[in-house]
Amino acid sequence: MALSSEIDSRDRGGPAQPLLIARELRKHFPVKGARGKSVQAVDGVSFTVRKGETLGIVGESGCGKSTLARLLLHLIIPDTGELVFDGEAVGVADGIAVNTLRRQVQMVFQDSYSSLNPRMPVRDSVAFGPFIQGRKKTEARDIARAILGKVGLDADLFGPRYPHELSGGQKQRVNIARALATDPRMVILDEPVSALDKSVEAQVLNLLRALKRQLNLTYVFISHDLNVVRYISDRVLVMYLGRIVELGPVSEIFERPFHPYTKALLASRPSMDPARRIEEPPIIGDPPNPIDPPSGCRFRTRCPFAEAVCESTAPVLGEWLDMQSHVAACHMQDPASGHSKAGQA
Amino acid sequence: MSDIALDKPAETFDEQAAPATQVRSYWQSVFYRLRHDPVTLFFAAIVLLVVLAAIFAPLIAPFDPYKESIIARLKPFGWKDHWLGTDELGRDMLSRLIYGGRVSLLMGVVPVLIASLVGGMLGVVGGFAGGRLNTAIMRTMDVFYAFPSVLLAVAIAGAMGGGIGNGMMALTLVFIPPMCRVAETATTQIRSLDYIEAARATGAGTFKVIRYHVLGNVLGPVFVYASSLVSVSILLASGLSFLGLGVRPPTPDWGLMLSTLRQSIYVVPFVCAAPGAVIFVTSISFNLVSDGLRAAMDVRM
Repeated sequence: MALSSEIDSRDRGGPAQPLLIARELRKHFPVKGARGKSVQAVDGVSFTVRKGETLGIVGESGCGKSTLARLLLHLIIPDTGELVFDGEAVGVADGIAVNTLRRQVQMVFQDSYSSLNPRMPVRDSVAFGPFIQGRKKTEARDIARAILGKVGLDADLFGPRYPHELSGGQKQRVNIARALATDPRMVILDEPVSALDKSVEAQVLNLLRALKRQLNLTYVFISHDLNVVRYISDRVLVMYLGRIVELGPVSEIFERPFHPYTKALLASRPSMDPARRIEEPPIIGDPPNPIDPPSGCRFRTRCPFAEAVCESTAPVLGEWLDMQSHVAACHMQDPASGHSKAGQA
Repeated sequence: MSDIALDKPAETFDEQAAPATQVRSYWQSVFYRLRHDPVTLFFAAIVLLVVLAAIFAPLIAPFDPYKESIIARLKPFGWKDHWLGTDELGRDMLSRLIYGGRVSLLMGVVPVLIASLVGGMLGVVGGFAGGRLNTAIMRTMDVFYAFPSVLLAVAIAGAMGGGIGNGMMALTLVFIPPMCRVAETATTQIRSLDYIEAARATGAGTFKVIRYHVLGNVLGPVFVYASSLVSVSILLASGLSFLGLGVRPPTPDWGLMLSTLRQSIYVVPFVCAAPGAVIFVTSISFNLVSDGLRAAMDVRM
């Protein structure tokens, strides 16, 4: 099994071609008992994932991060929008099938316990993917052994155990092994370390970095923990209520955030320095109800700079050009928007 | 990351000769746990005894279960060679109880088995598919739920006529809805768990997800419920027999014996109670064995 190779035989467009392009992905969940109403979980999200990068996705609970992750794997079918994987559209007649996509994209879930079958030895959980994709049972077991070794678990010692016999960190390692067993090119990590202790979190993050180098992986890393995202990501995408508010290289986002929401998020991080203690809440109130989001800019109800234009017109994300592009969906970024502070920030 | 889970059975540590890699397979560990559960073993022995007695009835029974005698009617325990006395027609009780196990066990186990398969399958399909299919299946089951189970069994058996086969079919139909509900509940619970989604993410189709990830987790609750139904089935079957819809006299059947002897309860109380005692012991044994099996099969314990 060629887990690692300098040039991946499955690579089609070369390094310049994005691995995944999401265009105008939209998913509204109908609300039971309320005709015509729906939760606008993901509302017109477009972005690009480059080969070999780690794209961090941050946002509050309920902003659509997990729905977006599932849309990327077609675990949830988008209402509209399209996915292009390495130059080929997913799930359309002349593109690649969803199953082909799933051979190359895998996912690690947040809850390490419920993402493992409690009645299956973890070895079999890891071997399930290769087995489903046509390997013989013995072959699949060999793959599972090798992968468990790669994530730092002794396959002989831990393979035959059941999930309840492992610690949280060990289970999450098994989940990573399960995702890697089918030899994917891209892994979607949905809050993979949120449920872990800080020390274990660091171990798992380092493991993820090492595996990425070793196996030429591309990550989409979803988290609400800004420090974790800063540590692991190359670029960061900030979501608010189902829309992208800001996108840019990790250093840009953390040092020169454009969007008021991103600024508030960054300001909400607890500081290690007592002199920089946070006295005022950086952001007030709860996110609005995604069933009935505010008109125009969705952040305007909590934004200190909200003006009339924010209510009437939805800001668009600036044009994304290359990996260094730093764009935000805010009227203050657009000199022509009519916002009094436009162009100053 | 080298912390070793402490809940490994102590045995592994005693056997220093065996390499640390030697881990028991699933069925080995189930067997290991059963061996250390005396209660389950004891009641399993009783179940085995009843089953073996029923199978080898002609070899064990001291008398012909159909041989009547006017002068030997309703004799108490230990009368002449009749250890358990005789019934209202002078037939040997012990022999009839041994033979009765054949019909009673058949009526107790077969309907439950078929109902678990059919009802379990319907429940898993409905629970996993969700939506309209699930509603259609479960509402259909609710129609059957509307009738008391005894009434339903009597109605179905009555419509189809008497006899063991029809009786079993009636009981099967009675047990399908509750079986289906148990399976549906269990399936609905695990359907939305992440490991199902992870399995789908590897490209596994619905059938394979159900086969490898759903069935194993639904089996436990279905199994336990099914074993508790065995005793209910024996009792319902005897009720049908009593009404002339199940087993017909003179075929020996525990339920039938219980009902025909009930008039003589003041003459030979212990003899009349004997079939009831046998039903009680058999059904409680089935319950406890299934409970023990479930515990042994539960990898989380």
